[in-house]
Amino acid sequence: MSITEAEARKVAHLARIAVKEEDLSALAGELSAVLAFMEELNEVDVEGIEPMTSVTPMRLKRREDVVTDGGIQKQILSNAPDAREGFFAVPKVVE
Amino acid sequence: MSELNGLTIAAARDALRKGEITSTELTEACLNAIDAADALNAFVHKTPEIARARAAAADQRIKAGDAPAMCGIPVGIKDLFCTKGVASQAGSRILEGFRPEYESTVSQQLADAGAVMLGKLNMDEFAMGSSNETSCYGNAVNPWRRGNDDAALTPGGSSGGSASAVAADLCLAATGTDTGGSIRQPAAFTGITGIKPTYGRCSRWGIVAFASSLDQAGPMTKDVRDAAIMLEAMCGHDPKDSTSADLAVPDFEAALTGDIRGKKIGIPREYRMDGMPDEIEKLWTDGTAMLKDAGAEIVDISLPHTKYALPAYYVVAPAEASSNLARYDGVRYGHRAKLAQGDGITEMYEKTRAEGFGHEVQRRVMIGTYVLSAGFYDAYYNRARKVRALIKRDFELVFGDGIDAILTPATPSAAFGLGEMADADPIAMYLNDVFTVTVNLAGLPGIAVPAGLDRQGLPLGLQLIGRPWEEGDLLNHAYVLERAAGFVSKPTKWW
Repeated sequence: MSITEAEARKVAHLARIAVKEEDLSALAGELSAVLAFMEELNEVDVEGIEPMTSVTPMRLKRREDVVTDGGIQKQILSNAPDAREGFFAVPKVVE
Repeated sequence: MSELNGLTIAAARDALRKGEITSTELTEACLNAIDAADALNAFVHKTPEIARARAAAADQRIKAGDAPAMCGIPVGIKDLFCTKGVASQAGSRILEGFRPEYESTVSQQLADAGAVMLGKLNMDEFAMGSSNETSCYGNAVNPWRRGNDDAALTPGGSSGGSASAVAADLCLAATGTDTGGSIRQPAAFTGITGIKPTYGRCSRWGIVAFASSLDQAGPMTKDVRDAAIMLEAMCGHDPKDSTSADLAVPDFEAALTGDIRGKKIGIPREYRMDGMPDEIEKLWTDGTAMLKDAGAEIVDISLPHTKYALPAYYVVAPAEASSNLARYDGVRYGHRAKLAQGDGITEMYEKTRAEGFGHEVQRRVMIGTYVLSAGFYDAYYNRARKVRALIKRDFELVFGDGIDAILTPATPSAAFGLGEMADADPIAMYLNDVFTVTVNLAGLPGIAVPAGLDRQGLPLGLQLIGRPWEEGDLLNHAYVLERAAGFVSKPTKWW
């Protein structure tokens, strides 16, 4: 299966990675090569096989639904590129 | 005694307990070795102050008679582990400047046991690579060379800095992580030992996530005994990782009896690849003979879905990575792109990720995005997960037939030159993991042990694969192989 430039543009946008127009053709080629490699999986008979969700059969642990942590606003914000007045700051989202 | 930084964990532990050396002396020897080895580019963030403080504390503890095995042992930590107050970048520009406010469970357990952190180790960006060439810090370099040829070789990847540092005696041991072979392949390329435990043995909390259903931490050490000692300190249940197993941690060192009489070793016929170099073939045959001589029974086995492991991996791992790496958006930590007038939040995400992620990471995130997107999810992702179930079933069937461990080559070649694969297509690089990736897909423990040198004088490794949760038995098999192979070669110092 071959990826077109338009599909490469779409997947780059879905992944939120800016790709220059002139690089789209090379990207489409690379993605196509990797997908072609994956086509080998079509040889396998997977009739009736459940897709694996967890490699070890284990039941996830549960705990009481209570607050166990918090009150660390300063630490949470300490690595932010832009933090103001106790919040993460980003460009305007809603007009 | 040779230089202190050349000691194994076991030898250093015994000497520390007897009072023959101090952790401070041991740590200084390592710090000096590190400063003299910048050409290897293994340590990318050095932490001498932390190391000296921890060494002093360890010496107190040893004097007081309260010394776990890892107490006072200087180790390197892969950059993928978050370490409190110390740069933790996963080898990526996008985490430039990130200093975690917390410590990963594994590195905390090592610290609690008294281990001394010397610094952070180079790696492929987000652990995506097999040669350490995708790192934002530049290549880590293998201390081994081909005879008198001074061409720089890869230490393997993604735990390339860890492998290089241990092989060059810059530290006694290092942490690694393994998603498709990232502990075992670099261990094989540098003549050291590396074990990936059963999925769920080590907590993943605080380790930067690549592919959550495959990632496991493990030790990279100078021999099998050290792997047993360090693994024991690293693993155990952690309530902060819901996939960490609530199982008791056995005494792995005590499992090293050297007796494997009557054990059944499987030799999987599907691992005999077309075009496999003669030297790898011979190594494998020799290793089989060594285990047979030690009293094990050799059994030909079949793992029929082996050839589909790599394509299945290259669906599942990028899919999980595309989801895990969505968090690098320039909002909460790390790099944020400079924005142009009028840029909104979408442009901020897209520019930040284009600048922050390297080429291989971008490619994998996009592949993952594609295979998870509407219309392709069943054809790629679900099919790969079904094939993964079949790969795991292959192993369950042979273990069900009484096989105790499986012997395979660790890698399809010895270490290659840095830059040699630059023009190859990505699939050629992915083939490095052909013998290791099945183990991650099935969640099993696997260990790489150095077993010989090739014609050019480079180390080659064999891999043993064990039953789930039977790391002790696996280590014992590796111990027998190690003793029989008698690998003692060290790289000639050129750095």
